[in-house]
Amino acid sequence: MTLGFYPGCSLKGSSREYAESVLALAKAFDINLEEINDWNCCGATAAHNMNKELSLALPTRILSLAEKQGLKEIVVPCAACYSRLTVTKHELAEDSALCSAVTESNGLEYTGSVSVLNVVQFLDKYITPNLEGKVVKPFDHKVACYYGCLLVRPHEILKFDREEDPQSLDTLMLKSGATPIDWAFKTECCGAGLSVSRTSSVGRLSGKIIGDAKDRGAETVIVACPMCHSNLDMRRDAINSYLGEKIDIPVLYITQAIGLAIGLDRKELGLQRHFVKVTV
Amino acid sequence: MSKIGVFVCHCGENISATVDCARVAETAGNYDGVAFSVDYKYMCSDPGQNLIKNAIKEQGLTGVVVASCSPRMHEPTFRKACAEAGLNPFMCEMANLREHCSWVHEKGEATTEKAIDLVRILVEKVKYNHSLNEIKVPVTKTALVIGGGIAGIQASLDIANTGHKVILIEKDPSIGGHMSQLSETFPTLDCSQCILTPRMVEVAQHPNITLYTYAELESLEGFIGNFKAKIRRKSKSIDEKLCTGCGLCTTKCPVKKIPSEFNEGLGKRTAIYVPFPQAVPNKPVIDRANCTYYIKGKCKVCEIVCPTGAIRFDQEDQIMEVEIGAIVIATGFTVKQPDFFPEYGYGKFPDVITGLQFERLASASGPTLGEIRRPSDGKIPEKIVFLACAGSRDPAKGIPYCSKICCMYIAKHAMLYQHKVHGGKSYVFYMDIRAGGKQYEEFVRRAIEDDGVNYVRGRVSRIYEKNGKLIVAGVDTLLNAMPVEIDADMVVLATAGVANEGAEELAQKLHVSYDPYKFFAEAHPKLKPVETNTAGIFLAGACQAPRDIPESVAMASGAAVKVAALFSKDELTREPIIAVVNRQAPPVYSSCVGCFLCVSACPYQAIEKEEIKNRNGEVIKSIAKVNPGLCQGCGTCVAFCRTKSIDIQGYTNEQMYTEVMALLNEY
Repeated sequence: MTLGFYPGCSLKGSSREYAESVLALAKAFDINLEEINDWNCCGATAAHNMNKELSLALPTRILSLAEKQGLKEIVVPCAACYSRLTVTKHELAEDSALCSAVTESNGLEYTGSVSVLNVVQFLDKYITPNLEGKVVKPFDHKVACYYGCLLVRPHEILKFDREEDPQSLDTLMLKSGATPIDWAFKTECCGAGLSVSRTSSVGRLSGKIIGDAKDRGAETVIVACPMCHSNLDMRRDAINSYLGEKIDIPVLYITQAIGLAIGLDRKELGLQRHFVKVTV
Repeated sequence: MSKIGVFVCHCGENISATVDCARVAETAGNYDGVAFSVDYKYMCSDPGQNLIKNAIKEQGLTGVVVASCSPRMHEPTFRKACAEAGLNPFMCEMANLREHCSWVHEKGEATTEKAIDLVRILVEKVKYNHSLNEIKVPVTKTALVIGGGIAGIQASLDIANTGHKVILIEKDPSIGGHMSQLSETFPTLDCSQCILTPRMVEVAQHPNITLYTYAELESLEGFIGNFKAKIRRKSKSIDEKLCTGCGLCTTKCPVKKIPSEFNEGLGKRTAIYVPFPQAVPNKPVIDRANCTYYIKGKCKVCEIVCPTGAIRFDQEDQIMEVEIGAIVIATGFTVKQPDFFPEYGYGKFPDVITGLQFERLASASGPTLGEIRRPSDGKIPEKIVFLACAGSRDPAKGIPYCSKICCMYIAKHAMLYQHKVHGGKSYVFYMDIRAGGKQYEEFVRRAIEDDGVNYVRGRVSRIYEKNGKLIVAGVDTLLNAMPVEIDADMVVLATAGVANEGAEELAQKLHVSYDPYKFFAEAHPKLKPVETNTAGIFLAGACQAPRDIPESVAMASGAAVKVAALFSKDELTREPIIAVVNRQAPPVYSSCVGCFLCVSACPYQAIEKEEIKNRNGEVIKSIAKVNPGLCQGCGTCVAFCRTKSIDIQGYTNEQMYTEVMALLNEY
């Protein structure tokens, strides 16, 4: 089976291991993830802060290219890319005048036929139904599933999971043999783009997240967003200096955790790329 | 030859802003049969009505068309004016230029043209109008009040004190409603029970009030003045005549751990129980879902201990039929329950409670006898946080409206806390303080200034537990959106006031309308706040929208006056807009062929068979006959009649056809 794949910038750079683990998992389940040719930036935060039409035109181009390539469903692991693509689809479906303006400026046909899946939806639909029996090494750890801000918001558009108390990652981890803990910071802000401009703020915000996960006995934090991962993992020094203690709980992408459970090679899953050593 | 008067109203600017009223009047003046045509700024005003009356008298008008607003509000006004000038009121028709034209279209030629069309079709219709006489129906001078909270109690007492009979039904084992659960009341801090319980007793003892607790409305039929209600008296499993209310059964019942509804789950009750010591009536009921005898088939401890032998395990629900003339709905409201705020941990953390639960903690009759102790471990909270608008004014939660009572009761809660826990710290997170009401603002200021309650303007994003404290994470918007965290011992959520479960079903039984939030709809938001769209059915209290005690009581008294006014006459007049079967000279008698399709089509069972007999008493023909007391004028029978023998008076087939032809410019 072939599905489309939109990596976005993060999965080609700072979170290569996310891409590696998604692809490794897909391969293990005989799914071919076909990258969209000539894809472009989703616009991220910058575009929609500057120009609405641009912020819609960039994701529309990606969706048009996917249509042209004959793809019906595309997997978008990055939570921010997923949000931009889904919001764009929604806005264009709601406003036909805007839709024609945007597609005209792109010069590419757009019908809105491509479904956009985030990593949870992808796992739910194509991996977990066949997971049982494949789990050779249950991920037998207490895990804190962290959703961040974009994976489940805004609910009116994404219509996916519960906005304030999401459960989808917890359910997936339960199926992989883990024990998800009930904790308070599932959807709190990690500091996002302040990572570069105000690292100390990220230390404080992400510090609360990691601190609470540790206090409640989590052995691993599970994420599904490159930004969350980089703040919770790469900014661990800032976090530790905010908390005044050294916390070495690793942060895993959900695809890495499931990969470990089905016995994939640690290197294939990119575990060696993390700043906080993955000991689980 | 008809002599019709056309009166075009500007409705201030409501019509004249988009319709050229002078031109409408001028055009209408040229129609065949129109003897008089004029436009005026406010036709419903006294000078406007005089214009109509004078024209009728001076011109000898035979019909009137008032081109103004929807007939809903002012048809009675203009018909009355016509009657006063000696014209049969049913010779007056209204063209709805406002709702059907000026409000929904832009200013322009086409809009005025449409207004002219609307007037023309009614000019043609009125030519076929006939004088009609109002129908008189008798009034059953007994009122049914549904719901025994403060609104229902007030309405019952007020109606009963005018000398009319009242049947009060309450679904719970006792009357008293939410008010009986409250500790003190704002803005005076007088004890809720102390002002309520005497009225509860008064209801029970009033010679004009028949009280049925543990009873619900089963069905309703009929119309204003002549309703028939079926009431389900749920089995209490006791013989009320024998029971003395000694309470022995409730002390001996072995099932003791059922969460008490009266204490909002903070206390326990037995399976045979009286909801609270001051209950009216003070006699127990058996909660069959939790009673060991009904679950396992044995126990009967209550029967053994009862000194009067009043326990009746085999008692069944009774359906009782009553005839009533008017209904007051006073079914109240409820508060939004758990799982609505996963981010606030309601249901997960025992010390996150609702406002109603706090009332029970603060109440002298509550599970802690009025001491503020938290549910988890019974400790006195040193720091307490109140969250206003927990759900209210939050479209994302599906409740865009303001629940209205919360700002005041939160101020009261915080004040009570400060009075009872000296040295305690209290915080209120709020969006705006809505303290509109007599002495309300002063009350809130007292909480802030005299009792030192800390008001923080901002929302709370999350509540979580850490080191045995509830961390309330919010924002202070008056400090430049500074994040605030308070480590509290207890949190009180002012959850939104919502309609009762089953409100929709009740509204459908009563044929009254309701809003998107299932609150019952008043007939007019300003001028008919206690009436519903169904004649003879009135509203009181929080079943219409969240209301505090003074408002509920005022509404209840208002509804009671409406009922008393209805009962002040022996007969009611009804509009003669009903179906009639035509009658003709012998030997035909009527074009009705007696197929009686109409009988099965009629939703009101208003059509019966009539036998036409000759002088010898032999039946010559069977035809349909409409009972004018039951017919609601819906017109279903007209559509069913194969021989066009039935017509709605005032809306005959001929009149409808004429209107259509007028619209098509055939006249």
